[in-house]
Amino acid sequence: MDKTWNNKAWFMVLPVLLLVAFSALIPLMTVVNYSVQDTFGNNEFFWAGTAWYEEVLESDRFWDSMGRNLLFSAIILAIQVPLGIFIALNMPRKGWGVPVCLVLMALPLLIPWNVVGTIWQVFGRIDIGLLGYTLAALGFDYNYVSDPFDAWITVIVMDVWHWTSLVVLLCYAGLVSIPDAYYQAAKIDGASRWAIFRYIQLPKMNRVLLIAVLLRFMDSFMIYTEPFVVTGGGPGNTTTFLSIDLVKLAIGEFNLGEAAAMSIIYFLIVLLLSWVFYTVMTSYDAER
Amino acid sequence: MARIDLNHIRHAYMPHPKSDADYALKEVHHTFEDGGAYALLGPSGCGKTTLLNIISGLLHASHGELLFDGKDVTRLSTQERNIAQVFQFPVIYDTMTVYDNLAFPLRNRGVAEADVDRKVRETLEMIGLADWAKRRARGLTADQKQKISLGRGLVRSDVNAILFDEPLTVIDPHMKWVLRSQLKQLHRRFGYTMVYVTHDQTEALTFAERVVVMYDGEIVQIGTPAELFERPKHTFVGYFIGSPGMNVMPVEIDGRNARLGGQVIALPGAPKAGAEGSIELGIRPEYVRLGIEGMPVSISKVEDIGRHKVVRASLEGREIAAILGEDESIPADPKITFDPVGINIYANSWRVETGG
Amino acid sequence: MLELRNVTRTVAGVDHISDVSLTLQHGSLNVLLGPTLSGKTSLMRLMAGLDAPSSGSVWFDGVDVTGVPVQKRNIAMVYQQFINYPAMTVYENIASPLRVSGVNQATIDSEVRRAASLLKLTPYLDRTPLSLSGGQQQRTALARAIVKNAGLVLLDEPLANLDYKLREELRAELPKLFAETGAIFVYATTEPHEALLLGGNTATLSEGRITQFGPTIDVFRKPDDLLTAMTFADPPLNTIVLRKSGAHFLLDGGVNLPVPAEMAHAEDEVYTIGFHPHHLAPHRKTPAAVPISAKVSITEITGSESFVHLDFADARWVMLAHGIRVFEPDETLEVFIDPRHIMVFDASGRSVAGPQRMAA
Repeated sequence: MDKTWNNKAWFMVLPVLLLVAFSALIPLMTVVNYSVQDTFGNNEFFWAGTAWYEEVLESDRFWDSMGRNLLFSAIILAIQVPLGIFIALNMPRKGWGVPVCLVLMALPLLIPWNVVGTIWQVFGRIDIGLLGYTLAALGFDYNYVSDPFDAWITVIVMDVWHWTSLVVLLCYAGLVSIPDAYYQAAKIDGASRWAIFRYIQLPKMNRVLLIAVLLRFMDSFMIYTEPFVVTGGGPGNTTTFLSIDLVKLAIGEFNLGEAAAMSIIYFLIVLLLSWVFYTVMTSYDAER
Repeated sequence: MARIDLNHIRHAYMPHPKSDADYALKEVHHTFEDGGAYALLGPSGCGKTTLLNIISGLLHASHGELLFDGKDVTRLSTQERNIAQVFQFPVIYDTMTVYDNLAFPLRNRGVAEADVDRKVRETLEMIGLADWAKRRARGLTADQKQKISLGRGLVRSDVNAILFDEPLTVIDPHMKWVLRSQLKQLHRRFGYTMVYVTHDQTEALTFAERVVVMYDGEIVQIGTPAELFERPKHTFVGYFIGSPGMNVMPVEIDGRNARLGGQVIALPGAPKAGAEGSIELGIRPEYVRLGIEGMPVSISKVEDIGRHKVVRASLEGREIAAILGEDESIPADPKITFDPVGINIYANSWRVETGG
Repeated sequence: MLELRNVTRTVAGVDHISDVSLTLQHGSLNVLLGPTLSGKTSLMRLMAGLDAPSSGSVWFDGVDVTGVPVQKRNIAMVYQQFINYPAMTVYENIASPLRVSGVNQATIDSEVRRAASLLKLTPYLDRTPLSLSGGQQQRTALARAIVKNAGLVLLDEPLANLDYKLREELRAELPKLFAETGAIFVYATTEPHEALLLGGNTATLSEGRITQFGPTIDVFRKPDDLLTAMTFADPPLNTIVLRKSGAHFLLDGGVNLPVPAEMAHAEDEVYTIGFHPHHLAPHRKTPAAVPISAKVSITEITGSESFVHLDFADARWVMLAHGIRVFEPDETLEVFIDPRHIMVFDASGRSVAGPQRMAA
């Protein structure tokens, strides 16, 4: 539909544009600036060209962090998507249970992210944390501070706890849009629960599932706050994801040039993912 | 195919119905004979879809029993009742091919693949989609999708009954003719027990051998299309069937005549006992003859619909409709007579027999 | 006066509307008749200004309104799904267009009550639309359209979701409603007999083109081409392809159908003959009627009429007989057609000869 051309719209958007320009575009330009220059302090800058970029792309450190990110995202998706679908399928669609379930599902999403991190950080401690203490008492050798495997488990469980609800809510929205007649017809056709899932529910949920998968992948790829609060990147650097590494480089080590280059690379990767997201979504739309 | 007995079925959607008004179905007691084609006809809210869902098992009646061939199926689930239902909107499995859509109900019941293939090919022939068997069901037109829905019902030849819930709603008028006559032919050839719900009188009367007219949760009349047309038992049936519906006017009975204002109308016979309360005369526009003799009328409108004309006139201050043939003309001083074959007398809206 | 000049609308490479030119006068009722996806809704959206044409122009009362968005045009639209503001009462629903245009309260009140009484909604003014029946909801939508006093009122199959008796009632009321306001009315429908009942003018649509436009009964009786004739027939038009030989069309079984006088000098080639089902009869109605032997396939009875499905050569015909006629399937029946009722179309579908009326 051709929308009407309305100049007033620009006027309304101008304040936001200015804000974004100030808080995002100008700092971005600064970062690009840093990434192509070298400094020894004293505000003296030397042109470095693509040197920083080459150094980043050749460093093991960068690729290790990248690897950890990809592994993390893969595990997250493998758990959250099926779990989310499963919960959505079992949520009531009519009656008083609906608002109750929806609120319960929404709660984890409302908690500020560093609070989430703090909750799990305390929860997992073996001295005062409920989970840590209980596991130790039961004889499990659990310590997320010293054992990398335990650290990973903790971070993963925390993310699943935090974000599965998003997948649930998206799938649920897709499910409730299925008219009753489909279920009735399936009953009449004698379809089993699995067949109903495969031939009616899953196809209709396709679109929302796509959104859920892409959103979760992007978000988990960019994750920073929660694991940082829980493990700080440790033990050692076993849970140091790209974002955490970046901050360490920039602020911990004051290696501004390398950090800037890495952050631009990181930004470009996320931009690429968003573009993929956009293309897939609009081509899906066009297909319908 | 099975005989379906509805024994004193009543249904209320609320858990504790207090009065008649709370019942969606007030009292239905009827038998659908094995192999019969029936239509449930009535306005929105009359309970016809409720009744259909009770027969199919999507709804369990709050009172009464349902029997298939004498067996009590009231508490059985839909799958166990072994019926097929076609809905208003085509319900198909988008991701499967046309062939797989039709095979689905058979495969779910564990039928051998060779039998599945035979039945599916037979059904594809019947519904005219044999060339489309390998196509994805998603991109087809509405009437093709509805045919697939229909085919899924027909592919199971052992069903007890096939139920239709306003299946031609989304179909274009031209396709409706084709599908209707195909359904009728299918019925003639295979003798399925079919129950068809609709609010469209043409669909109901052309499809069914017997039509069940419903209003406000009750059955008003059951009969063949001819009976419903010529001898409607209730003024509602006279009004609902026929386009335009029956003309109904209050009269006074005087022996073998009825008096409407200043006019005297000869009746085919004197009404038998029971003609008390408000008396009305019902006559269908098809039996109102316009000519140069009879009762004077003033004509307010003539609707030319091609194959005939509908004349709206005023007789003794009452509105009356008459049907005029395509080539007939309206006289300058129009007068009407009632063909005695079409005259019905109603007392308190129910038909009263008249003696010969 | 609404004028569409060579309007085309192309979406993603497909022509939804192809080169349509139409002139609609004030106070007229115009029916758009055609099957689903023939372009009725697309055309109405172009008239309303919801969509802009890819080429061509739209003129209203001599002013070019082609680019003008719908908010600036004075139109009203009623949809198939009864669209009302669910949270407002019927009174507020009907008043809403007037409130937007800033009319004073006293005028609003009198206009709303007038529209409500026209549509028999006065007892329901305090209710919300969802607590009303389908027919009443649609009446509310109609009242809202009328109260606006728009120059152009568009109705997109407004009665399609109502059961057929309600449809009959509302349909009888609509022409009266329309006549009162003097606006241009455009009514889309898929049903030919609805067009005939409404009267006015009819434009038949097929695949984005208007095949014919004129007074309804004329388009029905004298279609310019086969497509129009077929669009405007319910039951579907009976057709058969025949070869002309001198003064006759050759039919199977040795029957000869006389060629209409106006075709006496036409080429001896293949033509498509069309005639309405109600022109076939089970007995000879006029001396000129030609008998044809056909096989009965199935009979449908509605009480007032019987539809007899017949097979003749390759064609499948429907005969509309008055009253109740029962014929056994597979019975061979002699049916009669008066040659004055046939329509002849040439190979490209254009009308070569039309039916002659027997009486004025």
